[in-house]
Amino acid sequence: MAVDMAVLGAVIVMLGLCGPAYAVLGGNAATVKADQAQMKASLKITSNGRFEVHELQAESGNVVREFVSPDGQVFGVAWTGHFMPQYSVMLGGYTDVITKAAQTRRNHRAPLAINEPGFVFSAFGHMKYYTGRAYIPSMVPAGVLAEEIK
Amino acid sequence: MRRIHFALVAGVSCGLLLLAMSCGGGGSTSVTPTPPSSTPNTVAITVYGGPSTVVAELNGVYVSVEVCAPGTSTCVTVPDVLLDTGSTGLRLLSDQVSSLGLVNVTSGGLTLTNCVTYLDNSYNWGPVATADVKMAGEVASSVPIQIIAEADYPYAAAPASCGGTADNSVDTLLANGILGVSFAQQDCGSVCESNPDAGPYYACNSTSCSGATVSVGQQVQNPVGLFSTDSNGVVLTLPMVPAGGAVSASGTLTFGIGTQSDNGLGSAVVLTPDDNGFFSTMFNGTTTANAFIDSGSSLLYFLQPATSGLTECTGVNAGLYCSTESLTATNTGSNGQTSSVPFSVESADVLLSSNNDVFSDLAGTGDNAQLGPYFDWGMPFFFGRSVFVDIEGQSATGTATVGPFWAY
Repeated sequence: MAVDMAVLGAVIVMLGLCGPAYAVLGGNAATVKADQAQMKASLKITSNGRFEVHELQAESGNVVREFVSPDGQVFGVAWTGHFMPQYSVMLGGYTDVITKAAQTRRNHRAPLAINEPGFVFSAFGHMKYYTGRAYIPSMVPAGVLAEEIK
Repeated sequence: MRRIHFALVAGVSCGLLLLAMSCGGGGSTSVTPTPPSSTPNTVAITVYGGPSTVVAELNGVYVSVEVCAPGTSTCVTVPDVLLDTGSTGLRLLSDQVSSLGLVNVTSGGLTLTNCVTYLDNSYNWGPVATADVKMAGEVASSVPIQIIAEADYPYAAAPASCGGTADNSVDTLLANGILGVSFAQQDCGSVCESNPDAGPYYACNSTSCSGATVSVGQQVQNPVGLFSTDSNGVVLTLPMVPAGGAVSASGTLTFGIGTQSDNGLGSAVVLTPDDNGFFSTMFNGTTTANAFIDSGSSLLYFLQPATSGLTECTGVNAGLYCSTESLTATNTGSNGQTSSVPFSVESADVLLSSNNDVFSDLAGTGDNAQLGPYFDWGMPFFFGRSVFVDIEGQSATGTATVGPFWAY
């Protein structure tokens, strides 16, 4: 088990160095554009002075909010919609962390929560309604609460 | 090792597709009672640990389904198909139907392929094929179903966008397939007619896939809605399970609501969902607007200890409740109908140390960082009652409410 955790840590470090393939969590704000293209979504950007929210609305009605720090990094993602979102689009390589966590737990297909030092994730879903959020604690700007990532 | 299924959330949603009423008779102005169907309309269901010899399912409810090459008598009966009121469509492991030579549905010359992604990023992936589906005396012809591509099945690999780990064996699916009989007729709905990127549908050649649009008629369907009789919904009836649990429980799946003498609503309360599939539940002074009924959820999942007043287990059963109490909740539908529901919770530490796999009183917490508290009336709710699931757009004798609705 110690080996497994080491591998997991290595995966997270690699992600931090290389950045995910198309986006977006942990990437720079420009990767939101890649998500917008992938989701064929409209984009609305708002700012509260402490961080920006890049809200993507897909034609399917799914809404993804990507939280961007003042230095241009996507530190959190939240989603709601009638469809299961594609984790790989929103979370890039962090999707692998979810898969690994799922393989080691007892509650298959239950709402999955991950609380790693480098990655926090929770998801709920049932037919017609899916929601969840993910963030990278070390990238959350000072003074921003996790509860604001929604 | 046990595993707990939560909602078998077929990656699904359905726009409000209003289907023409197809249940028998009943002219719009006539006072003549609907002529009862005489088609045999019941099949046995069994709740037990399931077909995997490796992993015991908790509260898995299973049914047998006969599938045939369309229009032929070439058929197989697939046992141990999980009966899920929370998802839509028939999905079968490829080996179960390999002898039938089913023909895949095509999209622009490519193979129409279905993806269902679960919350933990596991998935069901495989082509859409048409088959006749037969249960009791009911027949649905040329139903689009999903063939879950097993590891030895020659087929394009799932794209990364479908998910991370395939549930493509009896030991990962914990069933030979899933029969989704939710109140949605299709697993996607009208959105997938115009949007190739909604998620559930792809067009594939032997090596690669891209998002595809698909008409509602070619989407994976609830077979019940395509039956020629008794097609407006289902009724699940199961006996009560005593405290401490049981090894198995046997009950009945009845087709049709108010179409025969054996499927009348009687005095059942009718609850309609909101646009997100929820009604509300009030428990211990807390009301959540995020409540639903789902046979694909193994347990009751509700609130958290601070609001439920119950004690959460520690250690291996963390997330489950360790209290033992008799309780009552009040459900209210979007239509304003209410009902009081007595239920029991028994310590998960006690129950899960037994050799039983079937429990009417096993529960866990239900609270999500984004959604807030919810109340998932999973399999324990189904014991000791009949639960009706009426398909969207379909009416039923005995109520003025048109589906979708639950009744019990």
